[in-house]
Amino acid sequence: MGNKLEFVPITHGHYHRRTDLAAFEFTYKAEITSIHRLTEYENLYRIQIIDPRERDQFDFLPGQFLMLEIPGIGEAPFSISSSPSRKGDVELCIRRVGSLTDFLAKIERGTQVGLRGPFGTSFPMEKMNGQNILLIAGGLGLAPLRAPIAYVQENRSRFNAVDIIYGTKDPSQLLFTYQYDMWRADDLNLHVTVDHADDTWTGRTGLVTKILEELFAERGDDYFQNTFAIVCGPPVMFKFVCNMLNQKDIPMQKMFVSLERRMHCGMGKCCRCNVGSTYTCLSGPVFDYWTVLNLKEAI
Amino acid sequence: MLFRVIQKDGLKRLFELLVAENTVIGPVEIGTDRHGLPIHGFSEVFDFHDVRLDYKTTKLPAKQYFLPFREDLATFRLSGKDWDKEVDYHSTKQHVFFGLHACDINALNKLDKVLLGGAYPMPYYAAKRQNMFIIGIDCLPQPYCFCRSMGSDTALHGFDMFITDLGGSYFVEILSDTAFNLLKQVESREPVEEDQVSYQQVVADKNKKFTTHVDTTDLTKILDMEFQSEVWKYWGDKCLSCGTCANVCPTCYCYTVHEQVDVDLSRATKTKMLYSCNFIDFAEVAGGHNFRPERHGRLKYRYYHKHRGFVEAYEESLCVGCGRCGESCLAEITVPEVISSVRGGTI
Ligand SMILES: Cc1cc2nc3c(=O)[nH]c(=O)nc-3n(C[C@H](O)[C@H](O)[C@H](O)COP(=O)(O)OP(=O)(O)OC[C@H]3O[C@@H](n4cnc5c(N)ncnc54)[C@H](O)[C@@H]3O)c2cc1C
Ligand code: SF4
Ligand code: SF4
Ligand code: FES
Repeated sequence: MGNKLEFVPITHGHYHRRTDLAAFEFTYKAEITSIHRLTEYENLYRIQIIDPRERDQFDFLPGQFLMLEIPGIGEAPFSISSSPSRKGDVELCIRRVGSLTDFLAKIERGTQVGLRGPFGTSFPMEKMNGQNILLIAGGLGLAPLRAPIAYVQENRSRFNAVDIIYGTKDPSQLLFTYQYDMWRADDLNLHVTVDHADDTWTGRTGLVTKILEELFAERGDDYFQNTFAIVCGPPVMFKFVCNMLNQKDIPMQKMFVSLERRMHCGMGKCCRCNVGSTYTCLSGPVFDYWTVLNLKEAI
Repeated sequence: MLFRVIQKDGLKRLFELLVAENTVIGPVEIGTDRHGLPIHGFSEVFDFHDVRLDYKTTKLPAKQYFLPFREDLATFRLSGKDWDKEVDYHSTKQHVFFGLHACDINALNKLDKVLLGGAYPMPYYAAKRQNMFIIGIDCLPQPYCFCRSMGSDTALHGFDMFITDLGGSYFVEILSDTAFNLLKQVESREPVEEDQVSYQQVVADKNKKFTTHVDTTDLTKILDMEFQSEVWKYWGDKCLSCGTCANVCPTCYCYTVHEQVDVDLSRATKTKMLYSCNFIDFAEVAGGHNFRPERHGRLKYRYYHKHRGFVEAYEESLCVGCGRCGESCLAEITVPEVISSVRGGTI
């Protein structure tokens, strides 16, 4: 008998679990089927998984994100900004900020990209049945909220009052303006505001917190007792908005935020998204506010 | 657990059996420090005489063999708009580790929890981890070791066999059938009462030699309470953000990713490189916002992840108390000092 060792796994349990190791770098090959310019810095990309069988398998929940890969250029996380009922055909609203997103801003329809995921937690839409929903977005924060908004539109009868409060710095930065009328037609109360108006602007000005205060004055306390809130925007916004909502006694576990961190794996391995004890890619990006308050440096 | 006793020259015989057909990694002398004392490291060994079984903690852990500093996650074949992705877990090479200390075995056990556990095990690590045969060896506490405080001074699992020097012979703990079968080829015997007594004596003597201790009682809560403490700023002012601590740490596994295209545009590579949370851009996100822009914030985060976050997630700390980080830190920042100052809330 030779002494070439037969290697038998030695640690407890791990190797015998039925986990798919191939999942780690599994990439759906997909094609950019349309590019829609939203503002100077943001484009909406519609991306379709090429293989029809893979397209059927693909499924996501509102709030989840994908890792978008351009071979040789890089990979980055983006929230899925379209309806979860559209299979294998997603929309990503992407802001130009660096190498990958600059490259994306220049490419043409038909380019093949890779998608990994979907990853992360989602907004618990099922739990919100029969309740009021308050969606509050700042800037690019509307991108991830477009998935729950689409879900609400498609299941409108399941929810009570639905309010969307959306603010940006100035009118030129407003996203998805072409959809506002449709949202209103579907009985969603849309309150749009900008920090700084220009000559063309006839709407509201002020921070989203101002609109929220007005809503507080308008609706009775029993409204807030039956409300779920979804908040997405720059980190400073979370604190102000969630604290205001908490004053109205909305339980912190009925408020949801989506956190942004640097991400390289989406699978809890690279640690780039780690906040204290938590991987934003696994336990987030959607967190309830109670969890966020208990995480150091979360916002 | 099964126990055997082998004579001193039996170990040499065991080494020779292994090295004849396997890649054996062991502790060797890689140089001397400025006091003329040997510096040890892990390296492939071919001759039993090169193996330093009485080695002190190696400068670098054996991490390069299961978490290489640089590793390709995928390559892409590019042709025009089309591309194909190829993934290789680089799993071909088998490794026999001849003489890992308990702290380094425990470091592997901790890495297993995060890299093999959860919904998405890391296949690159798993492939290497499956191909390991580990012989552990007892050691003597060094002035900077605090493994006993971290519960890592003995290993309960994660090895095939573990040997303890009893003076004239070795006491062997056997954990795998591979080790059991291998030992059949070396003369060994059942331990008798006398062996057990001297084993316990060796352990008791060792325990008396720990000079450095870290009080971990309620540490997770204390880290929370002292989150805003000025103590962090004191250490942050010293820290160079050089990342050496993470580099020499047997449990640090964080990484960054880079992609590159070949000059002829025919291939692209996606590469993972070990990284350190002490580096300035570790937590920087789009738009340039940095969640940990200051040195003290990043240093604090490293302690926080190891001694609080990991405890919350896995009921144990991500530090084995090997003391390598403190030994290598140019700013002389050591875990025992940082933790004791944080506990006291003072420097
Ligand atoms: C869960 C999640 C959802 C997101 N959803 C959207 C979205 O819907 N739309 C959108 O436009 N953006 C979104 N982002 C942000 C997006 O990931 C970054 O804008 C993108 O990574 C920048 O890539 P880049 O290569 O162009 O930038 P780079 O050239 O790499 O760098 C530009 C800036 O981005 C930072 N950065 C680099 N890599 C990452 C990374 N992997 N994650 C975060 N920041 C990084 C850098 O530190 C730098 O400040 C999301 C981020 C997360 C974590
Ligand atoms: S603690 Fe020491 S080794 Fe670690 S980054 Fe700071 S200076 Fe470098
Ligand atoms: S943190 Fe320092 S003492 Fe702890 S395992 Fe890492 S190198 Fe060793
Ligand atoms: S993105 Fe890598 S750990 Fe979360």
